[in-house]
Amino acid sequence: MRQLLLFIIIGITGITFIGRLFYLQIYSSGDENLYDDNAIRKVYDYPKRGFVYDRNGNLLVDNQPSYDVMFIPREVKPLDTLDFCNLLKITKEDFIAIYNKAYNYSPRLPSVFIPQLTKEDYAALQEKMRKFEGFYIQKRSLRHYQTTIGANVLGDIGEVNNAIIDKNPYYKMGDLIGKQGVEISYEEVLRGVKGIKFIQKDRFNRDLGPYKNGIYDTLPKQGKDITITIDAKLQEYGELLMQHKRGGIVAIDPSSGEILLMVTAPSYNPNLLVGRDRSKNFTKLYNDSIAKPLFDRGLKAQYPPGSPFKVMNALIGLQEEVVTTEDQFSCRMGYYLGSRRLTACHSHVSPLSMNGGIAQSCNAYFANVYRRIIDKTKNPDEGMDIWSNHVKSFGLGNYLGYDLKIGNKGRIPDSDFYDNWYGENRWASTYNISNSIGQGEVETTPIQLANMMAAIANRGYYYTPHIIKNIEGETIDTKFTTPNYTTIDKENFEPVVQGMFDVYNNGTAYSLQVPGIEICGKTGTAENFMKIDGVKTQLTDHSIFVAFAPKDNPKIALAVFVENGYWGSRFAGKIASLIIEKYIKGEITRTDLEDWILRYSLEHEYEKPYSGEDFGINKNSTLEIVDDIEYKRLKEQLKKLSS
Amino acid sequence: MVEAQKYFKFDWITIFLFFLLVGFGWLNIVSASHSGETINYLDFSQPYGKQLMFIFITIGLIIILLAIESKFYERFSSVIYILSMLSLVGLFIFGKNVNGATSWYDIGGMTLQPSEFAKAATALAVAKYISDLNTDIKSIKDQISVLAIVAIPAILVLLQKDAGSTLVYGCFIFILYREGVSAAYLLITLSIVILSLLSIKFGVIATSIVMVVIVLTHHFTRKRKPLIIQPISIILISVLICYGVKHFYDELLPAHQKDRITIWLSLEKDPEKLERMKKTIAYNLNESERAISSGGLTGKGFLEGTRTTGKFVPEQHTDYIFSTVGEEWGFVGSAFVVIVFVLLLMRILHLAELQKSQFSRVYGYSVAAIIFMHFLINIGMVMGLIPTIGIPLPLFSYGGSGLMGFTILLFIFIKLDSDRINQW
Repeated sequence: MRQLLLFIIIGITGITFIGRLFYLQIYSSGDENLYDDNAIRKVYDYPKRGFVYDRNGNLLVDNQPSYDVMFIPREVKPLDTLDFCNLLKITKEDFIAIYNKAYNYSPRLPSVFIPQLTKEDYAALQEKMRKFEGFYIQKRSLRHYQTTIGANVLGDIGEVNNAIIDKNPYYKMGDLIGKQGVEISYEEVLRGVKGIKFIQKDRFNRDLGPYKNGIYDTLPKQGKDITITIDAKLQEYGELLMQHKRGGIVAIDPSSGEILLMVTAPSYNPNLLVGRDRSKNFTKLYNDSIAKPLFDRGLKAQYPPGSPFKVMNALIGLQEEVVTTEDQFSCRMGYYLGSRRLTACHSHVSPLSMNGGIAQSCNAYFANVYRRIIDKTKNPDEGMDIWSNHVKSFGLGNYLGYDLKIGNKGRIPDSDFYDNWYGENRWASTYNISNSIGQGEVETTPIQLANMMAAIANRGYYYTPHIIKNIEGETIDTKFTTPNYTTIDKENFEPVVQGMFDVYNNGTAYSLQVPGIEICGKTGTAENFMKIDGVKTQLTDHSIFVAFAPKDNPKIALAVFVENGYWGSRFAGKIASLIIEKYIKGEITRTDLEDWILRYSLEHEYEKPYSGEDFGINKNSTLEIVDDIEYKRLKEQLKKLSS
Repeated sequence: MVEAQKYFKFDWITIFLFFLLVGFGWLNIVSASHSGETINYLDFSQPYGKQLMFIFITIGLIIILLAIESKFYERFSSVIYILSMLSLVGLFIFGKNVNGATSWYDIGGMTLQPSEFAKAATALAVAKYISDLNTDIKSIKDQISVLAIVAIPAILVLLQKDAGSTLVYGCFIFILYREGVSAAYLLITLSIVILSLLSIKFGVIATSIVMVVIVLTHHFTRKRKPLIIQPISIILISVLICYGVKHFYDELLPAHQKDRITIWLSLEKDPEKLERMKKTIAYNLNESERAISSGGLTGKGFLEGTRTTGKFVPEQHTDYIFSTVGEEWGFVGSAFVVIVFVLLLMRILHLAELQKSQFSRVYGYSVAAIIFMHFLINIGMVMGLIPTIGIPLPLFSYGGSGLMGFTILLFIFIKLDSDRINQW
């Protein structure tokens, strides 16, 4: 034993060491790559972010240089903080807060101290930069908007957050990424690929030269320019018309599915979300929970569509052969089941056939058609599903698949929906008769309605709406160039189109005619409610209008929706006619409509629910005009636009 | 003819293992001390250049050591020991302070660390004393004498703030055990170490309770029970030790040493404090472990270690040289080094057992034990198995004194061993 003890201890030590080595080097050694190696500094070379042009080749977004003050917490040496803070226009508390936050993130990795300095601040700081050890300046490129419109379309870029960094290793602290609009939709196209240089450093963070003579280094790949389908002039015009109103407009070129304009009101100047003030301004916009400027009403506002949906029921009625264009239905100021009035209606000639039904927007007519569709089969379940599938073939009730990241599905009920609601076999067509006139359970968004118009304009098919027209050197996704066919036969569209044409000719949009353009349209109003102090209160109806033009070879299909604008032709219809004329003719002959729209404001209507007082709606609401100074400003803007 | 034969009687296996370690050690010193520039091996301003020079000097030294008559070492061991102790004492007057330790003489720009030579001198003295015919190692008197021989250099280096070297002298307990001292000494030492660790980790009270239970259970299950006073005094002494160690750890131990133990025993639970410790007190250890870990199975290759090149591990060419092996040569290279050390140590032990003279045997045992302590503490520390204790890896770490000290230590034994072969 005495001779063996040391032998044994030496042996055990050797085995323990090899075991420990095995644990360290093989068992717990993750595949360490260059990116995780803190002995290698990664220097990124940021490529130019692609520009954005409108459909006519006008430059909308390019870049401007910006300068980030970066720092590595460990390397910061005691400095004249007062001088430094003054240069950066921050307080000492800010300084300490930023420093500590970055130190907690990592004392060794670079963090952003102050992002996106202006040129002036940069010039002042640069002279003294050498005095502040551990700090350096990283040049980046920021967006520069050549326009004040289209914030919801163009979007913005901002710093990546930790969640994105964790999910996508491409992004590093301080990188910029698309946050909204096309910037996020086409992030990868626009941003390009940054280049990287690996530099060997020592533990004092000093550079020792390229790692392995730079064999792993890569060059940046420039971002690609994109052209979007938006017509900037038309967009600007649309935004101008929507001043002092809330709502959305979406216009689509039916022959291609290209989105010509996409207005949401109120909106904001995209330049607000550039640079150092981005987060401050964003918070302000975000916190406006009443006007909701960040809420894209064109894509997200989901409401019962109202009367425009009647044309859908007409189409299905013809397709299912439950009604002919000649069938007439009478209307006694509403639709009656026995002695009970299920749906009210306004006064017009009675009885009406399909053409008149559409042109006069007769509720009773469509209640009859709807009941014939649902009750075509013995079981309303079957009829309901047939109806639902027809509707869905127009892209309603689901995301359309367009290339913007936000939206809503809308809602198109089917038999399951009502089985869940009422129970199986416990409902009939009379239970959901409101669907016949676009109220009830049907809900859509403006872009869905615009797309429905495009499908009708094309007499039976539509292209998935999209915002991208062209990517430098690439073709766009084929799903945007393949037609989607509806379940309605081509010949069934003609009587409906004619009916919509007569809406302008002698119907509810008679006053909105534009000389020289054959417009087909349909007015709509949608009841809406709001909870005020916990009480469901009805507000003035939303004014809705859908249209396409010209009647043959249509060039534009659109949906306009103005919150609390009352009846369809009052606000939405006027705006729709103006946009159509502007797009097709390039100039406006119906200046009376234009003046009216600019003159009248709905701001007072939006204030009502928050006033705390009782208020009247619809018939009992009044119109208000903007003051002369504002009117003059709008007129001037209009003049600038048309020059 | 006889003369010529004599030279080939050296144990070439040991010599081969020695040069294997020195050579591989030097390659790693090259890696650890260069920083990406082109390497000029004869640039004596660089550590690797200097170390190459030391290696050449060492070869000269080896020739001299082997040329000297073996009897010389035994006969002059007392003189060598006294001179060596004087050189340690002299440090208090002439010593140069480097990194807080006063362990160096500065002679015309060259520094010399006498404690590296004192180990060989102490080994000679201990061997001489034990092998003396008048010595009975089982007697308390002689045990105290040997303890004194070992304690003098141990205390001197401790006073010079070189705690690592002091620990090395603890290895003489193995030699005494081998030469016939009671196993109780080993057991008591082991018990004290275990008691200390337990009371630091789990507190005095918990440790004491466990102690009482174990001792009493043992006492009452014995067939022939000694007086009850025996277990009670064992318990009292143990509790006293626990309390003393805890008090020493809490109140007297310098903060940096305390923190090292705190980290080793994972006593710090506050993640924020722990994170801060990783950046300060445990920075070396953390970087060293990461460097070793990053080597993987086969390593990044000679001169390719990114952490080594970037000098992320401080003192990498001296105490932390093993982390370079880990990063650049991977598991394969590191395990190779461990195996070579184990082979060398076992070879020395094996040769020691073959010695006919007690002097040679005790000396050989001392050589193995001293090198083993360095090996254990250094590699254990670099891999985080042992709290941080600054001590070089023999034959591997950068440093002229260290290399020469270990060469003298080892080659005196090789010379003594050659005598055994020659004594027909």
